[in-house]
Amino acid sequence: MNIQNIISEIENVDPEVYERLDSRRHIMKRFSFIGKTLALAAVPTALGSMLNKAYGQTTDDVKDVLLFAYLLENLEAEFYKRVVSTFATNGVPAGAAQGAMTTIRDHEVAHVNFLKSVLTSLGVTPPTYTAASFDFSGGKGSGTGPFATAFTNNYAVLLAVAQTFEDTGVRAYKGQAPRLINNNDVLQAALQIHSVEARHASHIRQMRRNLGQLIPAGVLLQPWITQAQSGIDAGNSSVNAAIQLSYNGENATTQASVPITNIGGQMIAANEASEAFDEPLTKAEITAIVNPFLVG
Amino acid sequence: MDILKRSEKQDEHSLLSDLSQQELSRRKFLRFSGLVGASAVVVGGAGLTGCKKDDDSSSNGTNLGSGDVGILNYAYALEQLEAAFYTQVVANGSFTTNFSALEQEYIKDVRDHEIAHREFFKAALGSNAIQALEVDFSSIDFSNRSSVLTTAKTFEDLGVAAYNGAGKLLVSTDYLTIAGKIVSVEARHAALFRDLLSNGSFADLTSLQPLGADNAKGLDAALNPPDVLAAASSYIKTKINASNLPTS
Repeated sequence: MNIQNIISEIENVDPEVYERLDSRRHIMKRFSFIGKTLALAAVPTALGSMLNKAYGQTTDDVKDVLLFAYLLENLEAEFYKRVVSTFATNGVPAGAAQGAMTTIRDHEVAHVNFLKSVLTSLGVTPPTYTAASFDFSGGKGSGTGPFATAFTNNYAVLLAVAQTFEDTGVRAYKGQAPRLINNNDVLQAALQIHSVEARHASHIRQMRRNLGQLIPAGVLLQPWITQAQSGIDAGNSSVNAAIQLSYNGENATTQASVPITNIGGQMIAANEASEAFDEPLTKAEITAIVNPFLVG
Repeated sequence: MDILKRSEKQDEHSLLSDLSQQELSRRKFLRFSGLVGASAVVVGGAGLTGCKKDDDSSSNGTNLGSGDVGILNYAYALEQLEAAFYTQVVANGSFTTNFSALEQEYIKDVRDHEIAHREFFKAALGSNAIQALEVDFSSIDFSNRSSVLTTAKTFEDLGVAAYNGAGKLLVSTDYLTIAGKIVSVEARHAALFRDLLSNGSFADLTSLQPLGADNAKGLDAALNPPDVLAAASSYIKTKINASNLPTS
């Protein structure tokens, strides 16, 4: 049989099918593995997922994801710009700590500029964000939100906010990646930003572990996320609850229906099983986390 | 008949999810759904053949296979390499003297993560999984702190580059999400080992340029499978045949 016949039939319905996919040759290549590696019963699913790749996501998805990422990167960039510009008063120690904040600022600013150029190339003019667009106290513009002490010579709170932003950024890109599967260039760039955010998160977590402040008793804060632990105790239950939104669901120990704890007869505890896989958040979940930091 | 029934059911499911998002007109959709429904019947009676992915392992090496299965086997191969490395690091007699208590805690966790990744791919691939690879760590001095950390950094950065470059080669969004769940953990590892070697180098994108990073754009490493396998080849004795992997 003939997958080729199916594709030909689709071509009758949708003459642009080959433009939606990569090329006729490439489609055949994609299907060539079916007989070799998949049970026959899986063929319709494989066909479905390939057609999903062709029709499931649209240019609108790509633009929407890019605009969403642009907002998040502006939030981060403005945060670190403020951190770097207030070194004299915010308590970030000179040397390695200030160096790390400066490195991260440079990356976030680069992400903003890069995303803007991609959006522009797609004919989209992104909104203008400035420092005044964000309220890092988490008070929606009041300046008196739960994180108001982050810039008042309170290094531990500042680092806790930075960690939460980075871990949230990782989860945001991870959640949006599937919507980019039809656009190889944008997908790869998004993944390349995603892992930079993870590197930032790892470093800030190491900084917090070494500082040893605002870490809940009995928690070993590590460069990776254990269970659904934020590793942050701000000393205020409503602040902790706000932070927890960025960590809910990270305690997954089953992936694609495969239980990871003690997998394959190996001694893998539930903590390490949960750490080994970072979890995505949906756009709605990320929006709920980020909204308190937006003015207006 | 069981196969046919299952096929039709899966059809329905995948079609529904496709159609909820797709842009085809209703008229096209109706023709389209009739078409795919028919395909299940054809498929059920079809005589698709092909050699198993590792049938020709003697001559051309262990064949990763094609399509998404090939990419998953590619990831499985890299995770095997990493897991074997850290297992040997922790088992070495110098581990407890070369590394602080905190560093030992971190490295043992990394070992467990890589074992979890390896075993996950093995389980997910099932009968499609490639064989266990034979590694070559003769260039690594496991009793030397610097040799261990430098190799760890090399493997983790390469892992990040591999997953970042492989995402676009996947067809299934489910597998793409899995790859995303793993790559950020590899990036957390990479940042750690970079910092242990030189604090503050956690995301030195300029140094990652040979692996495809772009510092001006703030983009991390990304490499295509042939480049990753070439970089890893000196650590793997088993010959790997990646010739059937997708290229776009």
